[in-house]
Amino acid sequence: MRYQRRAAAVGLIAASALLLGACGSDENAGGGGVSAAPGVTCGGKPDLRASGSSAQNNAMTRFVATYQQTCQGQTLNYTPSGSGAGRNEFLGGQTDFAGSDSALKDGDETNRAQQRCASPAWNLPLVFGPVAIAYNVPGVTDLVLDGPTAARVFNGQITTWNDPAIAALNPGKQLPAAPIVVNFRSDESGTTENFQKYLVAASNGAYGKEAGQTFNGGVGAGARGSQGVADATRNTPNSVTYVESSFAQRGGLGMAQIINSGGGQPVPLSTESVGTAVNNVQVTGQGNDLKLDLNSLYQTRAPGAYPIALATYEIVCSNYADDQTASAVRAFLQSALSPNAQQALPEAGYVPLPEQFKQRMTTAVNAIQ
Amino acid sequence: MTERTTEQAPPRDPRNEDPAAGSATLDTVTDSDPDGRSRGSSSRRRGERVFRGLTSGSGLLVVAAIAAIGIFLLVQAVPSLLANNANFLTSPLFDTRDPANLNFGIRDLLAVTLLSSLFALVIAMPVALGIALFLTQYAPKRIARTFAYVIDLLAAVPSIIYGLWGIAVLAPALLPIATWLQGNLGWFPLFAPGNLPVLTGTIFTGGVVLAVMILPIITAVTREVFSQTPRFHIEAAQALGATRWEVIRMAVLPYGRSGYIAGSMLGLGRALGETIAVLIVIRAATSPSSFSLFDGGYTFASLIASAASEFSQPLPTGAYIAAGLVLFVLTFVVNAIARVVAGGKVNG
Repeated sequence: MRYQRRAAAVGLIAASALLLGACGSDENAGGGGVSAAPGVTCGGKPDLRASGSSAQNNAMTRFVATYQQTCQGQTLNYTPSGSGAGRNEFLGGQTDFAGSDSALKDGDETNRAQQRCASPAWNLPLVFGPVAIAYNVPGVTDLVLDGPTAARVFNGQITTWNDPAIAALNPGKQLPAAPIVVNFRSDESGTTENFQKYLVAASNGAYGKEAGQTFNGGVGAGARGSQGVADATRNTPNSVTYVESSFAQRGGLGMAQIINSGGGQPVPLSTESVGTAVNNVQVTGQGNDLKLDLNSLYQTRAPGAYPIALATYEIVCSNYADDQTASAVRAFLQSALSPNAQQALPEAGYVPLPEQFKQRMTTAVNAIQ
Repeated sequence: MTERTTEQAPPRDPRNEDPAAGSATLDTVTDSDPDGRSRGSSSRRRGERVFRGLTSGSGLLVVAAIAAIGIFLLVQAVPSLLANNANFLTSPLFDTRDPANLNFGIRDLLAVTLLSSLFALVIAMPVALGIALFLTQYAPKRIARTFAYVIDLLAAVPSIIYGLWGIAVLAPALLPIATWLQGNLGWFPLFAPGNLPVLTGTIFTGGVVLAVMILPIITAVTREVFSQTPRFHIEAAQALGATRWEVIRMAVLPYGRSGYIAGSMLGLGRALGETIAVLIVIRAATSPSSFSLFDGGYTFASLIASAASEFSQPLPTGAYIAAGLVLFVLTFVVNAIARVVAGGKVNG
């Protein structure tokens, strides 16, 4: 009996401690103006909400961490529910901005954005992720490909590694006479869509299939997720796939050097080469709306530019109805552009923005009201 | 009546009363109960009615739930079936990206599902039979208990772990066997080259993973049934001078046959509906199935799981539900066949 009473007393104390701990408000006044990094003005609503592209999810986690450190008491909640869902939630007013693999479509989406924001919406391409053509060919360490040849490999027209088209780009290398095994993403994926857009744009019609989120090449074996294709390529000799660069590096796969549409030297995948391509991309949006013409990236002729990358946008209102939201969104994007955040990107497989492009982004971000 | 006059009489037991006295006696018993509570047949009858109602209700509830699921599947699937441009039963395509132009058929899904599940069953059934016989007839009691526990642990492993193990460990390990089979028995349709450029991640690999997954189910049921073989059957066989194997053949197997089949059908049901492990192990292919074990592709369950992002519009969703309906019907058909094969004496 005594034991039971004691246990009951302990239980009561524990329960009331838990209960009372939940009391108290978590409404902190927005951290006013104290910033730990130049160019970042903290302030505004403490809890931002955003959702959308899963391709930029890893970048977002790092951006949020930097944001929380830079602006004490402020945070962002990002849900990788997919680009379509992200855009819909932003246009419906449920989130403060959206992450999306494609800009708002002209017409229905831009009209709804105009209504939601009472001002134009801006597409700000914050995150660029290079896509590698990863291969596992015994005895070959520096494979070179170009747009037309890659397209013919991925649509089944080139079937062996020692095909004359590949040999012409790789003089002096020992290419095996083995059949090429193509590994593709069996799930719907933005990486597949971007890669196929590259093949369509840069192959002068050699690909012959439509771009889309499902692989249309008609050859090879599917695997789920980037990790799946990377593992499949690592475990299958003489295979090739397209995958985000971080997965290729972690899997110990070779990454092909690409001859871009300018026809010059083969370009290896690196922060600098992707940065060069980003600096040379054409912006089709007006003023601070930085909507890109991605074909100018895929068909880049600049020397030393790596042409295969996916770009994800942050879609924001140019003039928010609520000043608190505007300040917070501005603070988040400024902290994402700060050196602290940008230098965390390469290890996650993304590319820090090159200086020239970063200037344009900074101008646009600072203009958010 | 003597009951009325005795207050220290032993508790009345209505069963000891003269049965010819009928209800008058029983009523008197209840009337004279010293506590004043109403005991006896009326409350017993009420208790029985309540209990019978509860059990019948539970049974009917289960049947109603299954009927409701069937109706839901049918109602959701019919609009998409009507809007389908391809032949539902014979088309190998499954293209629902454009709601205005649906082309979906289950030919390949049926092929992959049946091939993988039946292949798994063919592997698992003999192994399970052997394990069950060993555990009940040959092994000493203590070892039998430990082994049984370990086999049952196989059922506790999450199916996604089986999927990861299958694609990472088993597929490369089976590659030599698959290569030998295709090289030497490639003339046989089941072992002919399939629609995948590799021999890993095929229905062959998936079938072996499924076999490991359904093994504990079949073994558990079969073991239970075999251990319940009437002792006098076994002793009679032994008295006739039978060896242990003959005892098994004469007494254990005939008695346990229906239970063994029932367990196998449970295992087949699990194999037909297995989603995640199959999704991870069996790779997607780009051309129609050639009914070979070395094909790739999707089963009903793994196709629905892989397309979770497409469930935003009613017509494409209905196409997948139509596939789910076929799986539902398939399970019923398989169970019906099982009952026929088991001789109509399943579960006892």
